[in-house]
Amino acid sequence: MIDNAISSDWATLYAGAAGDVYRRSLLALAQQDARVYCLDSDMGGLETSFAAHLPDQYVDLGIAEANLMTVAAALARMGKLPFVNTMAAFASARAYEQVKIDIAYNNLPVRIVATHSGLSAAHLGPTHHAQQDLAAMRTLPNMTVLIPADAAETAKMIAAAAYLPGPVYIRLGRRATKLVYQCDYDFVIGQAVQLRAGHDVTIVATGAYPVLAALGAHDQLAALGISARVLNIHTLKPLDVEALVAAARETRGLITVEDHSILGGLGGAVAETLSECFPTHIRRIGISDTFCDMVGDHQELVAAYGVTPRHITTVAQELCLLNLPGSWLVAYKV
Amino acid sequence: MNDVQALAQVALRIREHILSIAAGPIGTHAGGSLSAADILTVLYFNVMRLLPNEPEWAQRDYFILSKGHASALLYSTLAERGFFPVEELATYARSGGRLLSHPTRRVPGVEFPTGSLGHGLSLGVGMALAAKRDRRANRTFVLLGDGELQEGSVWEAIMAASNFELDQLIAIVDRNRLQISGHTEYRMRLEPLAERWRSFGWNVLTVDGHDIAALVAAFAELPSQSKQPTVVIANTIKGRGVKFLEDRKKSHYVTLTPDLHRKALSELHRGEKREI
Repeated sequence: MIDNAISSDWATLYAGAAGDVYRRSLLALAQQDARVYCLDSDMGGLETSFAAHLPDQYVDLGIAEANLMTVAAALARMGKLPFVNTMAAFASARAYEQVKIDIAYNNLPVRIVATHSGLSAAHLGPTHHAQQDLAAMRTLPNMTVLIPADAAETAKMIAAAAYLPGPVYIRLGRRATKLVYQCDYDFVIGQAVQLRAGHDVTIVATGAYPVLAALGAHDQLAALGISARVLNIHTLKPLDVEALVAAARETRGLITVEDHSILGGLGGAVAETLSECFPTHIRRIGISDTFCDMVGDHQELVAAYGVTPRHITTVAQELCLLNLPGSWLVAYKV
Repeated sequence: MNDVQALAQVALRIREHILSIAAGPIGTHAGGSLSAADILTVLYFNVMRLLPNEPEWAQRDYFILSKGHASALLYSTLAERGFFPVEELATYARSGGRLLSHPTRRVPGVEFPTGSLGHGLSLGVGMALAAKRDRRANRTFVLLGDGELQEGSVWEAIMAASNFELDQLIAIVDRNRLQISGHTEYRMRLEPLAERWRSFGWNVLTVDGHDIAALVAAFAELPSQSKQPTVVIANTIKGRGVKFLEDRKKSHYVTLTPDLHRKALSELHRGEKREI
């Protein structure tokens, strides 16, 4: 009964898209700390959600993302805590040099909050998709890279990231997605969250649909007698190497699932890390090395690239067979 | 320092340092350093509020070298002004030192690392905006190359500065009319330059960038009372002070042999006598 009451409050508190929860969190943070600035780039809505309340802490730089990033760096150097609002495609590609030199190189406390990440821009097409942003951002020295799995995690993430000393890239989607978390939990930057225990395989996921698909796969695999551990990697950098090595040691292999290219993002990071620390079988699920100009909603598009419980289940079954001593598949491969 | 003769002597010493650096192992971007030497002399010795012993002094004026390749000029000016010992200039681009050929924050007095063109004015916008919002009197000076104005991001910053009425922001264009491949007007036309800045909402001054008295007078009138940012278009000569480098595109990057170094110094001193 009490649990239900908490859950119901929780759902109300974190109703809506991650972006809406972020905007509420940002306003609350800025109301407590006058150094917090909201930098807009014609995103729409921030003039009412933020500027109407705190006009002196709001700056609209128009549709000019290169200038936006560099101005953010200079404001941070002057003691402000700027939250830069733009889309992932523009933050990670159009204005990448400004992020690299002015923000990351100077190690300044700028928070880049990038919406429309991965394929979440859906029907807007490849001009607005950002399937390379994680690869771009995690290779910048000093940068922390965060990806919430739902609206609740977004709120925790904003609070945790607000006072980190260096730059932070926070990757949001667009539309509301189902809540992954049903009740309160500990959020620590750099520490993966084990959403499900398991000892046969590990599904490592980041972002809303990948994590939801991983949880779905966990249940399907359980019905098949396979125990799948599910890790939510909300922090891509710094990566939780300990949790990954434990998964490599304790289960037969890892499957990475992301709303990003299979090159250079979560799959890349996990493969790089484990190939040095604890080589094991790894399968990467994400956007294959193609531009996505299919028409569909976000969930349909990621599903086309295998971000579904069913596909993850199939890959997990293969991994289990592959790694069984004396299994027919090993014999067949030899 | 208000004495024009004394400022001219400082500018001469700064040019001597630039030539010594150009005679070092890897040379330097000498042409665009020599062209802006008088501008930086006037800024650092006459105009800007600063404390060389306290580079982060809260009431200082800010300076951004947007044309970061003129590092020989910036380092020479900072050393002459007392931010670090003049002797350290001999370590320019030498292994183990801190004087990279594009400035970094490891060097006292450098507010931001620069080198990739088109960033400096946006940095200036951010600094001037922070000062304005905090009601502080700090002024922000940004030195841009003229070729650099071909970068689109500069125009984003130009638009933003007038939009926010940043009257404490002063841009200076080192208008030497040469970029690596030749004359700016034959590579990517910039004229009518003053009109372009004015149409973007800036207060525009045009001065002879080698006339120290004129530079002092121009900066003395700033900031403008019009709520506008100001640009000082300083007409200069690339390689100024050394006849065989002046107004030549190959002066963009120069490595001087010992013989050429001597020749350059003697031309510099001959020119100095002629002018005084």
